[in-house]
Amino acid sequence: MTTLLTAVVVILAIVAIVQIVRIFEVSSTMSGEDEPQTGQPTKKENDLFGKIMLLMGAGLVIFSIWSFFSWGDYTLPKPASEHGIETDRLLWITFGVIGLVYLITQPLLFWFAYKYRGRKGQKATYIEHNNKLEAIWTIIPTIVLAVIILYGIFTWTSIMNPEYEEEPIVVELYAKQFGWTARLAGEDNILGEANVRFIEGANTLGIDENDFNGLDDIIVDELHLPVGKPVLLKMRSQDVIHSAYIPHFRVQMNCVPGTVTQFGFTPNITTAEMRQDSKVMRQIAHINELRDDMGEEPYEFDFVLLCNKICGSAHYNMQLKIVVETEEEYNQWLKEQKTFAETL
Amino acid sequence: MAAEVHSQDHHHEETFLTKYIFSMDHKMIGKQFLITGIIMGLIGMGMSLLFRLQLAWPDKSFPILDTFLGKWSDDGVMDPNIYLALVTIHGTIMVFFVLTAGLSGTFSNLLIPLQIGARDMASGFINMLSYWFFFLSSVVMVASLFVPDGPAAAGWTIYPPLSALPQAMPGSGMGMTLWLVSMTLFIASSLLGALNYIVTVLNLRTKGMSMTRLPLTIWAFFVTAILGVLSFPVLFSAALLLLFDRSMGTSFYLSDIFVGGEVLGYSGGSPILYEHLFWFLGHPEVYIILLPALGITSEVIATNSRKPIFGYRAMVGSILMIAFLSFIVWGHHMFVTGMNPFLGTVFTFTTLLIAIPSAVKAFNYLTTLWKGNLQMTPAMLFSIGLVSTFITGGLTGIILGDSALDINVHDTYFVVAHFHIVMGLSAIFGMYAGIYHWFPKMFGRMMIRPLGYIHFVLTFVAAYGVFYPMHFLGLAGLPRRYYTNTSFPMFDNLADINVIISVFAILGGIAQVIFLFNFFYCALRGKRSPQNPWRSNTLEWTTPVKHIHGNWPGEIPEVHRWPYDYSKPGMDEDFVPQIVPIHDNEEASGH
Repeated sequence: MTTLLTAVVVILAIVAIVQIVRIFEVSSTMSGEDEPQTGQPTKKENDLFGKIMLLMGAGLVIFSIWSFFSWGDYTLPKPASEHGIETDRLLWITFGVIGLVYLITQPLLFWFAYKYRGRKGQKATYIEHNNKLEAIWTIIPTIVLAVIILYGIFTWTSIMNPEYEEEPIVVELYAKQFGWTARLAGEDNILGEANVRFIEGANTLGIDENDFNGLDDIIVDELHLPVGKPVLLKMRSQDVIHSAYIPHFRVQMNCVPGTVTQFGFTPNITTAEMRQDSKVMRQIAHINELRDDMGEEPYEFDFVLLCNKICGSAHYNMQLKIVVETEEEYNQWLKEQKTFAETL
Repeated sequence: MAAEVHSQDHHHEETFLTKYIFSMDHKMIGKQFLITGIIMGLIGMGMSLLFRLQLAWPDKSFPILDTFLGKWSDDGVMDPNIYLALVTIHGTIMVFFVLTAGLSGTFSNLLIPLQIGARDMASGFINMLSYWFFFLSSVVMVASLFVPDGPAAAGWTIYPPLSALPQAMPGSGMGMTLWLVSMTLFIASSLLGALNYIVTVLNLRTKGMSMTRLPLTIWAFFVTAILGVLSFPVLFSAALLLLFDRSMGTSFYLSDIFVGGEVLGYSGGSPILYEHLFWFLGHPEVYIILLPALGITSEVIATNSRKPIFGYRAMVGSILMIAFLSFIVWGHHMFVTGMNPFLGTVFTFTTLLIAIPSAVKAFNYLTTLWKGNLQMTPAMLFSIGLVSTFITGGLTGIILGDSALDINVHDTYFVVAHFHIVMGLSAIFGMYAGIYHWFPKMFGRMMIRPLGYIHFVLTFVAAYGVFYPMHFLGLAGLPRRYYTNTSFPMFDNLADINVIISVFAILGGIAQVIFLFNFFYCALRGKRSPQNPWRSNTLEWTTPVKHIHGNWPGEIPEVHRWPYDYSKPGMDEDFVPQIVPIHDNEEASGH
């Protein structure tokens, strides 16, 4: 399929070049229109390229619309967090606005290129400016933007300063070249003090062994979270900047050495429920079809944490599985984990 | 390099060395910038084709990679470190060497004295230094490709600690040192050039050339130079502090780091400080790249629509507004760095304001075309292409500038799509428009028009083919700067789109070969150009076709009108050059 597509594109391109060159050869030998004192195109060229511009503009608009229907299914499925619902709504409203502007201005641009092409008898009209028009297209974008700005700022503020009805579960995401580790705050829900200077032997996260709060912390390579409970992620990095990115939760925050950053969110759908979502099922079916062709294991949907800030050679392969489950399942899982004190 | 182009005519009293190499003539310096920029552009584009091969076909073996990458490629499969180096140097070269020096350096030098009616730049010597600093900087950057541990690889933004610690990646050793040396030379070049442009525009305008009669190209170059003078020194300080951290053990950007099995002694610094300093240049830099392209487009669209630019004063106002705002929006690159969330709201506000002057510019281009008599030169086609990409890329900026939305698309392919379209494509289209339009002025010869047409059609199709699909990769959550996407099964279905992108990238690469042939062949053998090939109003077309030092053989002409009297009612021709006095019965245009 790929080879075929490549071949078709290459052949079409060659044919197009040959044809265009021939058109020019023929037209320039037949019409002696070209005036020597100017380099301006001939009327025929203006006519031809007005039409080609219209064609390319139409192609662009059709391609844009087609791509939304055809590739829209590749985009992320519905958000799996409460604030994600808000940001996705804002995203699609913004897409609606910019899509509308796009679908007005692009066709207009290429239509003008076609309509006013310098054919025989075409004359330009001397227009310097038009204050009324200019006022209109300054004021309308200003109003639309004001709405988008306000909506955006309120959404951002509410995400960054969450109000908790119950105490959030505190989880540390610890990044290093090249992998993630998660640390749950344990029974006291307070993370023990930590610094890379305490790293020694089995204490790979640099937890202060003298800090009582850290002894019940739980260090895991696969993070489980209960559905519907607020979570406060605390990010820490061991070496260079990493970025904790969990696309399905619409969560991202950099992990900066020397600083602890944070991001609060509430997962609102379990992994099991997400696997039943129609868009997820379509995507997974497609992925597994492709994996089957390549002779690879079938894939099952999971939430995943990835690194989204260039961090070195294996930047492309830093992952941590996240499982969202019911509270009972979560408590069950929690019981099976060892505390920091037990691992020492 | 420029020397080869012109080596056939030798009958000047100047020696070969002073005329072609250590020239102080702004026209020659402009050409030197252009040709160096084209060579750097070839390297940058070549790199992008290599990593597009990797991204589309990560499991296939390409012998060509062994040829170009040597020990960094194993049996035709590239090493992850060199992948990062390629994207890093591609970005650096394209942003600074091609679209800053190659674009602004070329056209500011060529056009400022010619269009304002000056014999040369205010200081020819400083102008020459500016080129030679740029040349040295290019040499050092290219040399960094050949050091044993490879060139800088921490991304073109070289965030510490990754860029500060050789233990963190091989590219942060000698390669990064050379990167910093090269950028220091580049900043010196840029400042010398910019100061010269500002002084020249302010002081050397000919009689009658008031600021409101300046062509929009000059307004754009002038404001660009101011942006450069105010922002490049901040990058210099960022680089200097990074150099201290790297080699003198200071802790400006570093704190609490454990790498290579040991704790490092750094304490108390913050990489976020570096990010602030970097983006304080980094964002104005976007407009240092874009404004000259917009200036060129304003001139090309007005000339070839045979119509005044619509809303001259609004165009100047929007340039000034964009330039001002560009200094207070840098934080939108840092919404998710851990910066105080309140700053996120401030930067969202200022960032989205830029959409207003940008919208004014886009609408003014549209209305300049409206009711025109469009002369479809290749330069005109590229300018229309620029308006299209400027709109497309500008619109997605409304999503990225909104902090709440940026959370999920930050550093994904959505960003790659956005800035390549709005900054990369628009600027490169503007650069091509400028080359096709002023080629006769630079070389006294015409380019082959049909080849220009083919170049445009293929480039336009390839450009959208490459960057438009990337929006969907970003919306699928695909991070940028991934050596391969095969580690995450959730991205397996995106492989097809990556293949499409790479095919279009190769097509785009082929299209540029057509341009290169056209450019170099016509510089040597092209048809002789008439004095004013596009029947344009601006002053550069009143100088002789054959370059002379001092530009005008006699007196410098006096200017009597603004540059946009195209198709003015009551005139014999559809253009009235700026040197033509106002007729007794002519309606004054207010300029």
